[in-house]
Amino acid sequence: MPETLVDVDAVTFGYGRRPVLKGVTMRVPKGRLVAIMGGSGCGKTTLLRLIGGQLKPTSGTVRVGGENVHAQDAEGLYRLRRKMSMLFQFGALFTDMTVFENVAFPLREHTHLPEGMIRDLVLMKLEAVGMRGAHRLLPAELSGGMARRVALARAVVLDPMLVLYDEPFAGLDPIALAVIGQLIRTLNDALGATSIVVSHDVVECLQIVDYLYFVSEGRIVGEGTPAQVRASTDPFVRQFVHGEADGPVPFHYAARPYAADVGLATKGGARA
Amino acid sequence: MLERVRRPLARLGANFIDGIWRIGVMARFFTLVIAASGTSFNRFRLVMREVYFTGVLSLIIIIVSGLFVGMVLGLQGYETLQKYGATESIGVLVALSLVRELGPVVAALLFASRAGSAITAEIGLMKTTEQLTAMDMMAVSPMARVIAPRFWAGVISMPILSLLFSAMGVFGGYLVGVVLIGVDNGAFWSQMQAAVDFRYDVLNGLVKAFVFGIAVTVIATFEGYDSPPTAEGVSRATTRTVVTSALVILALDLVLTAFMLRAEG
Repeated sequence: MPETLVDVDAVTFGYGRRPVLKGVTMRVPKGRLVAIMGGSGCGKTTLLRLIGGQLKPTSGTVRVGGENVHAQDAEGLYRLRRKMSMLFQFGALFTDMTVFENVAFPLREHTHLPEGMIRDLVLMKLEAVGMRGAHRLLPAELSGGMARRVALARAVVLDPMLVLYDEPFAGLDPIALAVIGQLIRTLNDALGATSIVVSHDVVECLQIVDYLYFVSEGRIVGEGTPAQVRASTDPFVRQFVHGEADGPVPFHYAARPYAADVGLATKGGARA
Repeated sequence: MLERVRRPLARLGANFIDGIWRIGVMARFFTLVIAASGTSFNRFRLVMREVYFTGVLSLIIIIVSGLFVGMVLGLQGYETLQKYGATESIGVLVALSLVRELGPVVAALLFASRAGSAITAEIGLMKTTEQLTAMDMMAVSPMARVIAPRFWAGVISMPILSLLFSAMGVFGGYLVGVVLIGVDNGAFWSQMQAAVDFRYDVLNGLVKAFVFGIAVTVIATFEGYDSPPTAEGVSRATTRTVVTSALVILALDLVLTAFMLRAEG
């Protein structure tokens, strides 16, 4: 069993009074590619942001590489973040810089490498994601899938130990989606990194990841390897994996009884 | 009856408290910008790039407006001065109005609408598209890398733009007074030279421009940084930058003028 890189222990979190996470515990071993899955608004992106130190949990601890993320001061957090990186849902490329400058950005900010070496490193990473030919373009000239590949190159340019992916498959066509999926797997293994993918794309995740966690209503409701998940009899996991419209996750948003809402007489004869 | 009075009153109070709270947040933001300014001075290239966007690209509107304001001052001034037979003083009138008041104030108002709104919109959109968060996750402080260079660029650009505005205005006054109407060229310049004091007029005007530069860029960067990450949020923040800047410029002008006249007298 490889050592644990990310250790989330009994984490609770809420926006204002609305609880989002209610005691989440999960472990991500070094070198693995782990998916956090769940419906929209279940708290999975929040969980990712807690691991990245963008949010502070109400209670519980998050440790990355043995260090408590939320016990750090600003400097300590930045020191920790130099070892991790995050791919945002729509890439979050800097729109005023070319593709090349975007990928070079972390190198220029954090290293004092000579220009020639920066150029080699950037082109190497762009080659790995198949975007070397586009290095002079601006982000506005790229399609969604291409922008995300560039963002991926930027995320791994400093060879991070941990890469966090926030909905990397959202809004992509099937080809771009498969490309990103394969890149996430390949880069993880080639760099010896550890990756956490937050997604609701079951099909793609089951193909590329080592382990999956299912989050629903702020709790971990299921976990396992892709093979275990496919064979799972857990009602939530079944509903999610097979995309059934109704199940433990109801089709209807919580509401008053239908009859009362449309003004039909209820049992007591009163009108709504 | 009581209920009808209570609600608007409560809303008024809430808005007032909200306004005070915002001033506090903005003051805190200002100190954070100053604290994060080290990078701006170590890598001055970052500031120069923003000086180009906020300063150089504002040149056209500043130069053209300065010229026209000066010409109008010349026309209006001549009209009044000739009643007293003092048309040679037209140069003094134009120059003093510009370097003391119109230069800094109008240049700052134009700067707020041309550069301030652009700064707010850019930072707001960077926030909306998660570019600021991405930067923060890369262990690069957006305060140091994005906000502080824009702040210092504005502080540097504003006095220069104000000077240019005044210079163009004086030239506009010259065009109308001397070239068009035929006021004596020598009298125009020599009276101006005698009446305009470097310390009390030009330098005080520059101090005003400097203060307005700080006010406008703090408001513009704060509104962008604080804007809700939606299209509507950014558009509102941009409007607020222009409106708040204009009000703050005029209020500060009154205060500064009072202080300066007191020091002079």
